[in-house]
Amino acid sequence: MIRWIKVVVFIACLAPLAWLMWRFFGATPRDMSTWGVGLGANPIEKITHATGDWTIRFLLITLSITPLRKLLSVPALIKFRRMLGLFAFFYACLHFTTYIWLDKFFSLHEMLLDIAKRKFITVGFTAFVLLIPLALTSTAGWIRRLGGKRWQALHRLIYVSAILGVIHYLWLVKADIRKPLMDGAILAVLLLYRVVVWIGPILKKRRQTLPSRQAEPAAE
Amino acid sequence: MLIKKADDIHSSEITPKDLYLNRRKFLAGAAMAGAAAAGLGLNELLAPSSTVQAGEKINGIQKSPFSTTERVTPYNDVTHYNNYYEFSTEKEEPADLAKNFKTRPWTVTIDGDVSKKQVQDVDSIMKFATPEERIYRHRCVEGWSIVVPWVGFSLSELIKRAQPLGKAKFVEFTTLYDLKQYPGQQRQILQWPYVEGLRMDEAMHPLALLCFGMYGEVLPNQDGAPLRMVVPWKYGFKSAKAIVRIRFTDKQPNTTWNLANPPAYGFYSNVNPNVSTYHSQSTERRLGEFLKRPTLMFNGYDQVAGLYSGMDLKKNY
Repeated sequence: MIRWIKVVVFIACLAPLAWLMWRFFGATPRDMSTWGVGLGANPIEKITHATGDWTIRFLLITLSITPLRKLLSVPALIKFRRMLGLFAFFYACLHFTTYIWLDKFFSLHEMLLDIAKRKFITVGFTAFVLLIPLALTSTAGWIRRLGGKRWQALHRLIYVSAILGVIHYLWLVKADIRKPLMDGAILAVLLLYRVVVWIGPILKKRRQTLPSRQAEPAAE
Repeated sequence: MLIKKADDIHSSEITPKDLYLNRRKFLAGAAMAGAAAAGLGLNELLAPSSTVQAGEKINGIQKSPFSTTERVTPYNDVTHYNNYYEFSTEKEEPADLAKNFKTRPWTVTIDGDVSKKQVQDVDSIMKFATPEERIYRHRCVEGWSIVVPWVGFSLSELIKRAQPLGKAKFVEFTTLYDLKQYPGQQRQILQWPYVEGLRMDEAMHPLALLCFGMYGEVLPNQDGAPLRMVVPWKYGFKSAKAIVRIRFTDKQPNTTWNLANPPAYGFYSNVNPNVSTYHSQSTERRLGEFLKRPTLMFNGYDQVAGLYSGMDLKKNY
């Protein structure tokens, strides 16, 4: 059952790419003169934006797995987390490729200049680089090799990457910050959930220990 | 900021340098324009034009020596890829949202430091001079460019009629403010109404175009109808659309994008591949092209360089 759902989810995750390719190549893919027409006047800009949007969306979807499985009591959701995370990385790779190929045409000099000079590029580049070790260590073998605790600690980098991803979006937008703010709000809720889960037990413990200490003299 | 030393001669009386250097060509052009104007006048007498609508042919358009021979960007791209935040921040949307935009009746207030303050109907402004086709490169600060056959005439034609006072050092353009027609103005993405400006000598430069048409037709609404500026050596946002007011002033106008993000968008905003603030400006993508091309200083309009002699363009960007 889970296996079939996984296939369905996998195909669904490819839909944004399929849509882009369909729009790009059009109904007559052999006719190169019509390439890109379906994506409007500036197809490369469209591809850059779409792949960036979907990277952030998949990061948010991945980060919502843990809260959802706890809140909805569907522990099986965990089985989809790796795939979704890898799709975030997949779209990040496409986004990065459009940048180095279609924007910078593999000019290392231009790219380094960009990364150094433009902070939204610096931040976006960092967000991408942070995802690489997570994708590489996403296998069961690596979980074993690193040990659960250390693996988990490493994979908390996704929080940093998602935050930087949203900042990248926020800084590159010229004036209308609605969309990056929306992503930021969703991310904030997802991170707040973790803070609550993490801090909650600590506070509870304190509350349990504090009154007992105060109660001691009274008991005597 | 004092730009020029005050002197006895009205700045409006000074012939721009390159016009002076090309005066023979200018005279020939003027003669042609005159003849055409006479022809147009006759046409007008025989069949006076009524209201003008987007897509309608403009008659009596003259060719211009300022036109580039580069490949013109397809009409569909220029009309479906618009940065027009009064309608939407999505470039595909103004085409549809502007469909019912009312461009008539439309008046333009010309005021400030001028001896002839006036409120002009846009249809009479369009008759101030012979319409010319100016095929210009148009470079957006976002890193893309297009080639558009605009229709209009030099802004200087209007300025001369307004007779600015000697103290007028800047021209300020204001776009319509109308919450009903401009859904984008309902949110404070930018400070509305949109305001742009030019220094007086920039505004008097013959390249600075007062525009009301493109591709031989009346300007489509999403491209800034009924009246807009086209300043081809500056980034696109310097060219105000749907202008309702042209004000002459001694102070540098507070322009919209400059207010929104001062370090990113300077008052001058001349196309300059060596100054990159927000985006890298060294290259650009011409719509319809795969490879990027190098961006040219002043967008290739070197004839304006004289306006900035002695100015550090890295500081005054």
